[in-house]
Amino acid sequence: MSLLEVTDLVKHYPVRRGILRDREVDRVRAVDGVSFEIPRGGTLGLVGESGSGKSTACRAVLQLEKPTSGSVRFEGAEIAGLSRRRMRPLRRRMQMVFQSPQASLNPRKPVDRIVGDPLRRLGVSSGAERRRRVEAMLERVGLDAEHRRRYPHELSGGQCQRVGIARALVLEPQLVVADEPVSALDVSIQAQIVNLLDDLQDELGLTYLFVAHDIGVVRHVADRIAVMKDGRIVEQGDADQICDRPAHEYTQQLIAAVPIPDPRESRARRRS
Amino acid sequence: MSAPLLEVSGLRVAFATEAGLLQAVDGVGFELRAGEVLAIVGESGSGKSVTAQTLLGLGRSPGARIEGSVRLGGEELLGAPEETLRRVRGERVAMVFQNPMTSFNPVYRLGSQVAEAIRAHRPGTSKAAGRARAVELFEAVGIPDPERRVDAYPHEFSGGMRQRAMIAMALALEPELLIADEPTTALDVTVQAQILDLLARLNRERGLATLLITHDFGVVAEVADRVAVMYAGRVVEEGTLDQVFYEPQHPYTWGLLGSTIRLDRERPRRLAQISGAPPSLLALPEGCAFRPRCPHAFGECPQVPELRARLTDSPGHRDRCWLAPERKRELR
Repeated sequence: MSLLEVTDLVKHYPVRRGILRDREVDRVRAVDGVSFEIPRGGTLGLVGESGSGKSTACRAVLQLEKPTSGSVRFEGAEIAGLSRRRMRPLRRRMQMVFQSPQASLNPRKPVDRIVGDPLRRLGVSSGAERRRRVEAMLERVGLDAEHRRRYPHELSGGQCQRVGIARALVLEPQLVVADEPVSALDVSIQAQIVNLLDDLQDELGLTYLFVAHDIGVVRHVADRIAVMKDGRIVEQGDADQICDRPAHEYTQQLIAAVPIPDPRESRARRRS
Repeated sequence: MSAPLLEVSGLRVAFATEAGLLQAVDGVGFELRAGEVLAIVGESGSGKSVTAQTLLGLGRSPGARIEGSVRLGGEELLGAPEETLRRVRGERVAMVFQNPMTSFNPVYRLGSQVAEAIRAHRPGTSKAAGRARAVELFEAVGIPDPERRVDAYPHEFSGGMRQRAMIAMALALEPELLIADEPTTALDVTVQAQILDLLARLNRERGLATLLITHDFGVVAEVADRVAVMYAGRVVEEGTLDQVFYEPQHPYTWGLLGSTIRLDRERPRRLAQISGAPPSLLALPEGCAFRPRCPHAFGECPQVPELRARLTDSPGHRDRCWLAPERKRELR
């Protein structure tokens, strides 16, 4: 059984006019009938350009936005449309890692508070137990003891993203939704974070929904890739197959547009 | 060979901060000829953008200390009066930035902003002539339906179209040199490909010299003739496109090339990575700044190696690494 099963997910935003904003004149079809599933321990890469609806799809999967229609089954149970109260016990099992590490961390809290707060909210009340778990998690993501009392502005982009990952994983979730987790990072740091996410998946048996605009990064981390455009998935399949033999015209365009970091290859491609 | 259009030597830029003196650019030098594309590659904090801004006197904040020389067609620009710089900016050198939204005034029509730029430098130009020129430029950069689109406001354009409009404005006074600071970083890949094609075409057809600032080796491979790799305020390697890609001499360049994800190759099980993070410019290590992250550091590295050619057969290929070329060949 798949850990996550999404069927015909739709998220429309009404465009309203009139003095009372009560007249719906149009709808923005941000997500328009998206279906995919992710087996336990697997990674689905969701790739698309800006405005394709990939971020909205993530938020609708996690019920951060109420889907207009469609089904989201997590461990076999329907979660689409659940109330906030009924979602709360499930939240710890599905966590999110964000794009902009600095912007997604509270600037007024030190690292150990940022990572410890989810535990506090969950009711892990013993300070000693919290501290132990926070320290273990920080060490696991490659941060030293000296980083514990630092504030986000004192950390580099890569270190902030490690904190963001630690915060997501400290609750021991099954599903991690990562929305552009490396696109704001420098090239040399991107590789570190991608490798870290890989290792964590192996060790902890995590399931990833990995969202990015960069199909190269997505191919590296994902078993399967779904390509989104205008709110729909135009093609999905095995990661290597999608990249080596794209069937849909849009996927072909997307791949052809990626610059090749090899002058001879890119000269050859320009001539053809 | 023709004389270089742009000659930068010994450029140093420091900023006085509360935490001390921050040396953002430390002895950068390069040359750029007409029709040539030089890419300056580096990560955040490498000094690549500060270098670009300083060339046109844009980085001049009260706390900045600037030394060195920037000569454009033989004329010294560093320390030149504002009046000279104003003439040079736009007329001889134009700049394109990463974010075309913040580069335009949102409340004026795009065409009138382009015309305004022309009229500011060419006082005799009539409004009608300015507009006509804007239409021509929009057409030249591939904006469809230019007659109508010059009357649009910035928010009515997509990111790619805005970047085209930005390039059109940059070309308005037919500059000899274009400085493009991460011109495609904010764009989708399919749009990026179009903008890179446009830059390559302008370079080819108009002989426009281009200084391209980027972090992306893919972009470099597509458009550059020569490459300078910067790290912590210094150029650590410089050479032709093929030299830097196929015979890289600096371990930092090896690391960057190695950690670049390639869609055209089979995926490796693990990505090559450079350990650690770029150093704080307020607390640079002694000697080679890459030393703490370099797996090959040895006895000489606590001293700064000079930037020079170390391979006998390629004089234009310079680097700042103490390792002997033969040793590098083994390690690479």
